[in-house]
Amino acid sequence: MTRKSLITLVVMALLAILPPVFYWTGNAFYLDLATRLTILAIAAVSLNLILGYGGMISFGHAAYLGLGAYAVGIPAFHWLYDGIGDWATNGLIHIGIAVAVSAIFALITGAICLRTRGVYFIMITMAFAQMVYYLIVSIEHYGGDDGLVIDTRSELPLLNLDNPLHLFGLAYVSLVVAMLLVNMIVNSRFGMVLQAAKGNNERTVTLGFNTYLYRLTAYVISGAMAGYAGALLGNFTTFISPEMMDWRASGELMFMVILGGATTIGGPVLGAAAFILLEEVLVDTLGWLESPLHSLLGTEVELSNFWHLPFGLLLIVIVLYVRGGLMGLLGRGED
Amino acid sequence: MDFSLLVIQTLNGLQLGLLLFLVASGLTLVFGILDFVNLAHGSLYMLGAFFCATLTYAFGNFLLAVIVSLPIVAILGLVLERVLARPLYMRDHLDHVLGTFGAILVIDTLVHLIWGPEGIQVPLPDWLQGQVPLGGDVIVPTFRLLIIGSGLGAAGLLFWLVNYTRLGMLIRTGASNRTMVSALGINIEMLFALVFALGAALAGLAGMLIAPITEAAIGMGNNIIITAFVVIIVGGIGSMKGAFIAALMIGLIDTLGRSFLDDIFKLAMSTEAAETSAPAVSAMLIYIIMAAVLAVRPQGLFPPKVR
Repeated sequence: MTRKSLITLVVMALLAILPPVFYWTGNAFYLDLATRLTILAIAAVSLNLILGYGGMISFGHAAYLGLGAYAVGIPAFHWLYDGIGDWATNGLIHIGIAVAVSAIFALITGAICLRTRGVYFIMITMAFAQMVYYLIVSIEHYGGDDGLVIDTRSELPLLNLDNPLHLFGLAYVSLVVAMLLVNMIVNSRFGMVLQAAKGNNERTVTLGFNTYLYRLTAYVISGAMAGYAGALLGNFTTFISPEMMDWRASGELMFMVILGGATTIGGPVLGAAAFILLEEVLVDTLGWLESPLHSLLGTEVELSNFWHLPFGLLLIVIVLYVRGGLMGLLGRGED
Repeated sequence: MDFSLLVIQTLNGLQLGLLLFLVASGLTLVFGILDFVNLAHGSLYMLGAFFCATLTYAFGNFLLAVIVSLPIVAILGLVLERVLARPLYMRDHLDHVLGTFGAILVIDTLVHLIWGPEGIQVPLPDWLQGQVPLGGDVIVPTFRLLIIGSGLGAAGLLFWLVNYTRLGMLIRTGASNRTMVSALGINIEMLFALVFALGAALAGLAGMLIAPITEAAIGMGNNIIITAFVVIIVGGIGSMKGAFIAALMIGLIDTLGRSFLDDIFKLAMSTEAAETSAPAVSAMLIYIIMAAVLAVRPQGLFPPKVR
């Protein structure tokens, strides 16, 4: 077993064991943290398929999270206020809509985005995500930029998503399936062509592959997976707003992939974990510093609002000096 | 649709277009010559607004504040270039995006620390607060005319600088073949830094001009930068002419779309349907235009001849 797979297994084992233990010992907060982490990790794993393996730098991946979450929120909204049938709270239907809408959005925008290369691609994916953002903001019926409260969680057979352990369990199993799926894809003939097109597109085209179609397929798969993660995220937060598909959110997803290590199966999960924990530690540390500073300066200071400052600096340092992300750092000397 | 409203909205669209051009021209210069994607370009726009606001209160004079803020923002641009951009020039675009994304977080938080969370109003001198009648019912605030005037002036100056000066010649050659330029004994690092500072000053100027209308606020740069991206994608990345035409086009389409789309829709559908769909469509209009342009011309309307 390679060191990278070992690290991946350890991370996944810790992620399976620690959150329930925290929950049972009365620290429900850490289970919530782990659920958020796991859901974002699914989105990061899906982004890694196109960003890492496919070389398509999508700066709009948070749009799918938003679309998936609204696929839960909008039917639930109509169920509550317009009394449409109980099918509208069925989780399988929610997930179906989330995946279908995300796949269709990925197909339409991908068909246009993939005609372009390099920096155009980055900016266009970002602009399309922003388009969805403004669309949601402009629909006041669903709360506009104030967002929408999801009054009822998805109803799934055997599971009760109001139980935080069930929700975490679903997210965890989904993450494992997502990782296995991406692993299977990148090691298949399809995945080989995708990676070949990233390495040298002209040569791959010359070999007779329509790389555009391969890329588009990967783009759609990735979008659909992220839409699924969005449906879970909607169930987790029970509040959705356009904020969650803001371009900052897309940037954060990219950062998770790069921080953990692109083109590795476990990297995005490691990155999402490091990201969420880092955010938590920074907010906590700054909050903890508030009271000594208060007695020192004599004025109230709300430091925890400023966690973006050390976070941004760290992001810059990592981009400048840490190549290959955490996976590259920990699993050094392989591949 | 009444005529004077059309004229006023056209002027507003022109104003938005010129501000967009000031931001987009720096973006397209930096990308065209340095091959560097600078997400933090919007932060310079924001910094321009904040410095201008503070200095307006300090000097009691808006124009003096603009004149002093310009070199400050240019210097901040130089710092950004030296600290962050220069080590990243040789990396791929993904690293540019992530690095400058980090810079946005840092700069936004610093602004929050220094100026506080609230936006800052920028007072105008009396002679800029009036309104100018342009015949008929058309009355336009003086300051908006000033924005249009200075936007056109800056665009003209930039056009002259790039096309008719020695520095402009170096910038153009740097864009087409940087190895050759440095082989001919030009200090390419200095040239790059100058281009970066020039872009910073232009973005800062846009921020200073908009501040009295909106206010200096955290995150203001993040809104305009996306639209500026749309502008340079539509215009063709690296093309100054493309940025100018696309900026005016996007500015006009966005402004006119927001005010008249419901009237246009009412010609084809019921009033109720028009009033619900028009805001949604007008919010997406510029992205739809971008998609349409790219579907026909993936390199934008005016791709630069070299590269």
